[in-house]
Order: sequence, then structure tokens, then C-alpha cells
Amino acid sequence: MANPLKCDLCDKPATVHLTQIVSNKVHKVDLCEACAQAKGVTDPSGFSLSDLLLKASLNPEAAPGAMRCESCGFTQADFKKHGRFGCPACYDAFKGMLEPMLDGMHKGTKHTGKIPQAALARQSLHERLSKLELDLSDAIKSERYEDAARTRDEISQVKQATHQSPPR
Amino acid sequence: MTIASLIASPSELTDAASNKTAIVLMTRIRLARNLATQPFPGWAKPAQRTRIAEICTAAVAAATPLKRSLNVAVDQLGELEKQILVERHLISRELSGSKQGSNVIISKDQTVSVMVNEEDHLRIQVLRAGFQLKKTWNVINELDTALEASLDYAFSPTLGYLTACPTNLGTGMRASAMMHLPALVISSQMEKVVRAVNQLGMVVRGLFGEGSDASGSIFQISNQTTLGESEEEILKRLTSVLQSIIEHELNAREKLLEADAGKLFDKIGRAYGIMQNSHLLNSSEAMNLLSLIRLGIDLGVFPDANRSTIDRLFIEAQPGHLQHAQKGEFDPAQRDLLRAAHLRSEFANFVRPDFSLINSNGKN
Repeated sequence: MANPLKCDLCDKPATVHLTQIVSNKVHKVDLCEACAQAKGVTDPSGFSLSDLLLKASLNPEAAPGAMRCESCGFTQADFKKHGRFGCPACYDAFKGMLEPMLDGMHKGTKHTGKIPQAALARQSLHERLSKLELDLSDAIKSERYEDAARTRDEISQVKQATHQSPPR
Repeated sequence: MTIASLIASPSELTDAASNKTAIVLMTRIRLARNLATQPFPGWAKPAQRTRIAEICTAAVAAATPLKRSLNVAVDQLGELEKQILVERHLISRELSGSKQGSNVIISKDQTVSVMVNEEDHLRIQVLRAGFQLKKTWNVINELDTALEASLDYAFSPTLGYLTACPTNLGTGMRASAMMHLPALVISSQMEKVVRAVNQLGMVVRGLFGEGSDASGSIFQISNQTTLGESEEEILKRLTSVLQSIIEHELNAREKLLEADAGKLFDKIGRAYGIMQNSHLLNSSEAMNLLSLIRLGIDLGVFPDANRSTIDRLFIEAQPGHLQHAQKGEFDPAQRDLLRAAHLRSEFANFVRPDFSLINSNGKN
């Protein structure tokens, strides 16, 4: 699912999209209705995009380059506010700011404890299955029927193994 | 099991008391776990929270130690019921204030509790009376492994178990011991101990966790960091810190007896007198007096058989338990009256202190 663009000045969904060429460079601004009104973007008598761009860059939390989790929409500003992350995928999205933070917070930065063996084994089975299914459709498309038959057998083997593990 | 029958049943905390629980009253370990593909509870939308709760409670209720357990949505519990669960350390204050989609599952013997949609999807907790870190770890480790067979945990090979707050990353484990340290408090050494413990990467909190005071000279000591060490290493480090605190407490008791036994006896004797005769007791004063009686038991002034009574009263003196026993809601002033009345009746037939029986070395 594609996340809608967020306003460069606040977190509301952007509905006004502007592109302006200033001294041979393309500048894009995405704004919500309210901010566009406030900044006079909708005023045809003109406004200064460069002013707006500068303001956005001075406010790093809302700057276009600020880190944001694609999976749950959590932003760096949200983290500053709550001190908690939005979802497990945030740990990837915010990798950059994480390492220096963990350094002071914990004994080390690498996990050396328990590993959820069963869950990981199940996960890798699923990954293998989707790869095999991809292989199968490729083989059929390119009419490599021997490969397809072999892949199909492999899929049924993996499926059997998955069924033997406890239900999800 | 219903909440009413759970409240009516004795808890691990109060009924397993023996001289083995003299200084470490209780050991507790909790693990923070999350589902891989769901947003953390604080960021999840109501429908997602409901879905998470369904997935988690189904898996938890099916686990062996939680068969025939109490399984209830937090918003179905009354304020008083929640307060009682907090006072028994079965749920957190945070969970008791949480909105729709939070659940708690508590084992029949009240040693295992799992909070669903607290700060993390799952907060698994096992508690045991006394100093039993290893045993507690074995129980919780087994339960965690059982849950993992049906739940896809959020896990990264480098960061370990992924948690809503980065302070819990890695093992997601917080192991703690509830310690009764009256001699260190009386001899004003607690501040020094707290500082030393902090330097060793451990945290000292009051009886009810963050921000609570240490009335009754009861403290919780737990590990602060969760990443970069294995569970066994953390437990080993915590064990050695706890052992050294026990050592210090025993030394402090010995010193108090050597330096001014009369002063210590006076404190214990007065505590006994107030228990038998007072008409107004707030919970903090009641805890401090019970703490002195408990110290008296450790020293041999009262028989060891009375220990479980005192540990039960520590809980019954709490506002939630007090109001539940009196079947109503009362303002703090009324509670002080009721608390004093309850303790008076408990102490009416409590054996008199005998200071000639004191253990000369203060150890038992």
C-alpha cells in the first residue's frame, strides 16, 4: 500500500503539490490544504517558494529528507514525541539514528541472547516457498516443463514440512 | 477462572513465605515480545489492537501453564479489581490505565501473567517467592518457547527481540528481585547502595516500580540494559549484585545490634504497640511498621511462623485490597481508620515480642 505524501510543514496528508524551477533547479513542495492557505500558495498574486523551502529545511523534523517508516508511517518527529517506535520495521527505517543511541543505552549493540528458533525456521520455510512458487511460474512461462515438475514436487515437500509444524 | 475467584485465592507473594524469603521476598522476570507484522500497541489503530489481542490471547491461553487461567479484557475490569492486580504485581499501572484491546491472562496460582497490548504486544511475567532467578528463568523461557511455536515474533539477528522502546531491545528481559532492606535504611546506607548498584548497570526502584516510594523498606532491583549480553549473563550479574546487597544488609543488622541494640529493640517494640493500639494508619506508616515486625521475625524476636501473616498484611494494607475487603470505596481518611482497625484485630492475638531470643549474629 502506497502511503500518501505528507505535508512538508505538518503531518497531514498533502493535497497541494507544487513544482517550480528556480535557477535551473527543480523544487517540489507538497502541502496540505491548511498550510497551503496559510503560506499563500493558493494566492495567484505570487509567493516565494524559496522562502517556503528554507523554512521547511530549518525545521528538520518536517524536512522532506526526514526519516519515516514506510511500513507504518511513523516519523522521526513521532519518535521524539513518544520515545517509542511505531512498528518492528521502524528499526530498519530509523537505523541511522539508532546506533549512536543504542551505544549509550546498552552494554553492547549486538544481540547475543536467545533466538526464536521455531519462528525463524518457519519464516525461512515461507521465504523458500514463495521463491519456489516464483520459479514455478517462470518455468511454466518459458515452457521448461521438466523444471516446472521438479519445482512443483519441491513445493509440495516444503508445504508438508510447514504443515507438520504447529499451526500459526 | 473469574476475577472474583482469583482475588479470593491466596497469591504466591503472601503464602509461600518462609525464612528462605527473609531478604529477597520475590523474584520476577518479564519478557517483552512483539508480533513481526503488526504495529506496536501505542501506534496501532483500534482495529489493529483488537486483531493483535485476538492473536496473542489465543496463543497464550493455549499454553500449558495458562490453561484454566483468568483471561480478561482490561476494560472489563473494575477500578478496584485493577488496583488489586497492580498491588499483587500481576499487571502494571500502565496496563490498568489502558484503553480498548488490552488483555491480561493470569495463571490460577498467580505466578504467571501475560499482559497483551501494554507497551509491547506481549509482556510475559513469571514470579516466584524468594530468591529464585534460575528457576524463574527456566519457567519463563519454556513458556516463551512454547508461544514462539505459534506466534511470529519480531526479531532481528543483530538487535534481538524488537520492542516498542529501544531500551528493551535484545533479550527484552527485565529480571528483578523485591528486597526487604530495613537495616540499610535505618543506618542510612541505602543511598550509597543505590549509587553502587547503578554503577553496576542495575536499577533500584520502590515497591511498585518507577516513581513509587520505598515505604516498608522494600526495593526492587533489576537489570537496566537488555542488549549486548545473553539472558544467562544478565542473570549472573544480577545474582552477584543481589548477593552482595544481602551481605550488606546482614552486616548492617549486625552493626545495629552491636552498636545500639536498645534503639533497635525500641523500634520493633513500638511498632508492635502501635499495631495493637492505633486508630489511624496511612499505608506508608503501616508498611514501615510491618517492615519492623518483619525485621523482628528475621532476628528471632517473633517466631518464624508469623512471617506469612506479615507478608499477607503488607498486601492487605494496600488501598485496593483494603477497600475490596471492606466491600466499598472509601476516601483516604476513612481508609486510614479501616486499615488501623484491620491491623488492630490481626495483632490482638499476635505473639508478644521476646527480645531474649535474639540471634546474636543477626543472621538466621
